[in-house]
Amino acid sequence: MLDAGAEDEEKWLAEGIAGIQHNAFFMHRALDSNNLKDALKFSAQMLSELRTSRLSPHKYYELYMRAFDELRKVEMFFKEETKRGCSVIDLYELVQHAGNILPRLYLLCTVGSVYIKSKEAPSKDVLKDLVEMCRGIQHPVRGLFLRSYLSQISRDQLLEIGLQDEGDAENVNDAVEFVLQNFTEMNKLWVRMQHQGPAREREKREKERSELRDLVGKNLHVLSQIDGVDLDMYKDIVLPRVLEQIVNCKDELAQYYLMDCIIQVFPDEYHLQTLETLLGACPQLQPTVDIKTVLSQLMDRLSNYAASSPEVLPEFLQVEAFAKLSNAIGKVIEANADMPVVGAITLYVSLLTFTLRVHPDRLDYVDQVLGACVRKLSGKAKLEDSRATKQIVALLSAPLEKYNDIVTALNLSNYPRVMDHLDNATNKVMAVVIIQSIMKNATCISTSDKVEALFELIKGLIKDVDGSADDELDEEDFKEEQNSVARLIHMLYNDDPEEMLQIICTVRKHILLGGPKRLPFTVPSLAFSALKLVRRLQGQDGDVASEEEPATPKKIFQILHQIIEALSSVPSPELALRLYLQCAEAANDCDLEPVAYEFFTQAFILYEEEVADSKAQVTAIHLIIGTLQRMNIFGVENRDTLTHKATGYSAKLLKKPDQCRAVYACSHLFWVEDQDGIKDGERVLLCLKRALRIANAAQQMANVTRGSSGPVTLFVEILNKYLYFFEKGNPQITTAAIQGLIELITTEMQSENATTDPAADAFFASTLRYIQLQKEKGGTIGEKYEPIKV
Amino acid sequence: MNYIVGAFKPPCKITISFSDARTRKQASIKKENGQMMMVPLFQSQENIAGEVSIEPVLGKKVEHNGVKIELLGQIELYFDRGNFYDFTSLVRELDVPSEIYEKKTYPFEFSTVEMPYESYNGINVRLRYILRVTVSRNFVNNIVEHQIFWVRNYTPPPTINNSIKMEVGIEDCLHIEFEYNKSKYHLKDVIIGKIYFLLVRIKIKNMELEVRRRESTGSGPNTYVETETLAKYELMDGAPVRGESIPVRLFLSPYELTPTYRNINNKFSVKYYLNLVLVDEEDRRYFKQQEITVYRIMENS
Repeated sequence: MLDAGAEDEEKWLAEGIAGIQHNAFFMHRALDSNNLKDALKFSAQMLSELRTSRLSPHKYYELYMRAFDELRKVEMFFKEETKRGCSVIDLYELVQHAGNILPRLYLLCTVGSVYIKSKEAPSKDVLKDLVEMCRGIQHPVRGLFLRSYLSQISRDQLLEIGLQDEGDAENVNDAVEFVLQNFTEMNKLWVRMQHQGPAREREKREKERSELRDLVGKNLHVLSQIDGVDLDMYKDIVLPRVLEQIVNCKDELAQYYLMDCIIQVFPDEYHLQTLETLLGACPQLQPTVDIKTVLSQLMDRLSNYAASSPEVLPEFLQVEAFAKLSNAIGKVIEANADMPVVGAITLYVSLLTFTLRVHPDRLDYVDQVLGACVRKLSGKAKLEDSRATKQIVALLSAPLEKYNDIVTALNLSNYPRVMDHLDNATNKVMAVVIIQSIMKNATCISTSDKVEALFELIKGLIKDVDGSADDELDEEDFKEEQNSVARLIHMLYNDDPEEMLQIICTVRKHILLGGPKRLPFTVPSLAFSALKLVRRLQGQDGDVASEEEPATPKKIFQILHQIIEALSSVPSPELALRLYLQCAEAANDCDLEPVAYEFFTQAFILYEEEVADSKAQVTAIHLIIGTLQRMNIFGVENRDTLTHKATGYSAKLLKKPDQCRAVYACSHLFWVEDQDGIKDGERVLLCLKRALRIANAAQQMANVTRGSSGPVTLFVEILNKYLYFFEKGNPQITTAAIQGLIELITTEMQSENATTDPAADAFFASTLRYIQLQKEKGGTIGEKYEPIKV
Repeated sequence: MNYIVGAFKPPCKITISFSDARTRKQASIKKENGQMMMVPLFQSQENIAGEVSIEPVLGKKVEHNGVKIELLGQIELYFDRGNFYDFTSLVRELDVPSEIYEKKTYPFEFSTVEMPYESYNGINVRLRYILRVTVSRNFVNNIVEHQIFWVRNYTPPPTINNSIKMEVGIEDCLHIEFEYNKSKYHLKDVIIGKIYFLLVRIKIKNMELEVRRRESTGSGPNTYVETETLAKYELMDGAPVRGESIPVRLFLSPYELTPTYRNINNKFSVKYYLNLVLVDEEDRRYFKQQEITVYRIMENS
């Protein structure tokens, strides 16, 4: 059915075109033979094709364009006719004899154009007459096209008026009056289109109307191009009249389009100076009109204008642009109580953008905007609407982007309140954005107050909000988020230790709320941040060390202790253990033996009670050994206790190879290459021998269980330790012992049930090669190695 | 009368000529057969002067009882065709009874002739002025020749010429107010006006203004009325809404109008009307007719 309609329309269009061509043919003949009477007759007949009601605007336009081309020729003819002596006034009357109004008016407009150019009558009179006569066409589509024709043929003359009579305000006035009137009438026709015809075709009509909107809008365009339309005229005449028409037409489509048109067509400067008037019209528009887009457009334009050159900024201040805009938005929102939240927020985003561009120095404005937004949102549940959420994110991101500095944003009291209205997921996204902004700009947050505010902002990341932990939380996202928090902690810094301590305390307060899932990410950052402070204090230590000063290493260590303790709830013993060891080392450097000892104790307790996994134990014990080896503040007693423990645990590891390796590692505990480090050769040897024993036992176990002895790697490793201590000058390590070990390994390797392991073989070979090299070096080392035979 | 001439060859040729024929204006008149012809144009109170020449056919003499010329104003009603009613009749004796042997000319003059009515060719009626020359003879038919001339009378612009303004309508359906700038128009005048829509509840398709001529002839039971639409002038295309005002500008010059004739010698009247017609989408016509007076002014050429 629809196809049939379209087909019919094609047919009708074809008929119309044929009609035009047919009559145009005769018209051309008449034109060529200067036969005025026939020319008028056939041109009127040709134009009669435009009287059709059967075409859609789109098709009608095609027809119109054909007729338009022909009318150009008629106009040329009229012009020549006047040169031949036919008075243009007579022509003007003659064309009005046509009985049908539409052809009559087209011809009248055509002669009118010649009339104006001839300057035989004031152009304003002709124009006024034309625009008045065009009232005869009340059919919307035909009327729109006719008036569009009028506007088109008069355009050049109008612009000329503007140019020529610079200063002759009256002429410009008339020209403007003409365009305004034509505009008004066209708009009326355009709006009327909506109300004609059956209701079920409403949508179709709306579409058709959209196609025609530029015909109406062109008038505004012409107005903007007339030179004489200066600010005063725009303010006093053009804008009020246009707005009056827009408001009165009470049509959604027209109001939206025309408001937009005004904003796009006229210069920014004008908008700025007439802001009040323009904005005043907004609340009067139909409630369904998308005012927010209109206002957004306006603010965007003004923002760009402000950004374009700094010289114009004083103008903005002068007209109090912000106050007016803000006021208008308030009114619009108030007037449309049922406007979706997203609309309101969009408006605020635009306003904010505007503010940031125009008044970057007025933080209070920004805060005011946010405050208004909060008021709008208050009393509503968290936002469900994803678009609204997106807008809020935009709203919140704008200041960050502008100032590149979260510190500024932290001064905005309403900022966190806006964030509160976001749903959890978005809140997190926003928090991440904030953190990223900090990272990108390497912003340093340097007071505990700000830190407090910041953490208030990103609390979505810091703790589970409302206890509604998302079950579907993506693990990777979570990690990403928490990592960023961890990174953020490093950005909190102040040179003043006391303030830094405050910061640390604040952060601690917040992150301890994070729950077991977050602590493993955040605690290390904080711990290291604190340790950094310790190091700094240690660096300047000596000059201040009074007990009253709160920021003493001791105090910090207490805090650290608490922080790390929190990890027990996770539980994450390995991590805690590492942190304890770190702290112990730091305490060591601060000469705080009891503190260090305490940390070690904690580490050992953890090792005993929490670290159950054998692999973890191996790692842990090596860490302990490594750290302990570097400790130099312990007294003999404490040290003994700790080393004893360490060696004890080493020997109690589950797997023999692990035992072996831990034990030979323990040997280092007794031999510290320091100025006053202990050098207890005997106990070193003891350890090594014990390792050897364990290696042997491992070998035998392997023999028994698998029928083949394991690789000799362990032996080679022990040999390397021997060599190390030998070189360091441990008197207990003799060449004989080394020689014995080498032989032992060689026999092991040659035994029949030995499994060959290329790695182990290579290891052994290179060890031997090393010995050989040392021997060949000569000197004291060569001598030392001399007895060893390879 | 022509058949008499046809049957019996007239013994002489009579020509009537006007003394100022060369300079006198002429009117172009549509004859009954549709052809145009030019005839001399006069107006009331003018002197009508000229010559009558009688030229006997070669070698013949014309014996007569006298020659006279008459100026006649006649009205012919077509239901009574051939019967002329003379409302004006003036006679000049040109010759006493005698014989004419050769061409003889007689000057004549009717001075300041009262010709109150204009010449008119209508549908049912004709008003004409003729000059008739009669050569009276005994026993045979008189020889008669006549010459038509046209009369147009010019009136000064009326001193009182009110506009026509009226509000009409159908209750709760359509209310309009129309205004024509005058009630009396001359023949080349322009009707200016506007139609103002006070209430529109019907779907109007278009609106036109018609100029109609109403010619009524006879009187009493024998009255014949003929109405012609001389002009159909579209004023508006499409449906207006309340508050819309549509301009009217109709040039009368393209149409063949005559002045309004009121009760010409109790025989006929010609009146003009403006008929405003609104057509709705179902092609129903709503109209309002207003009489206008048409008059002739002296054209200054």
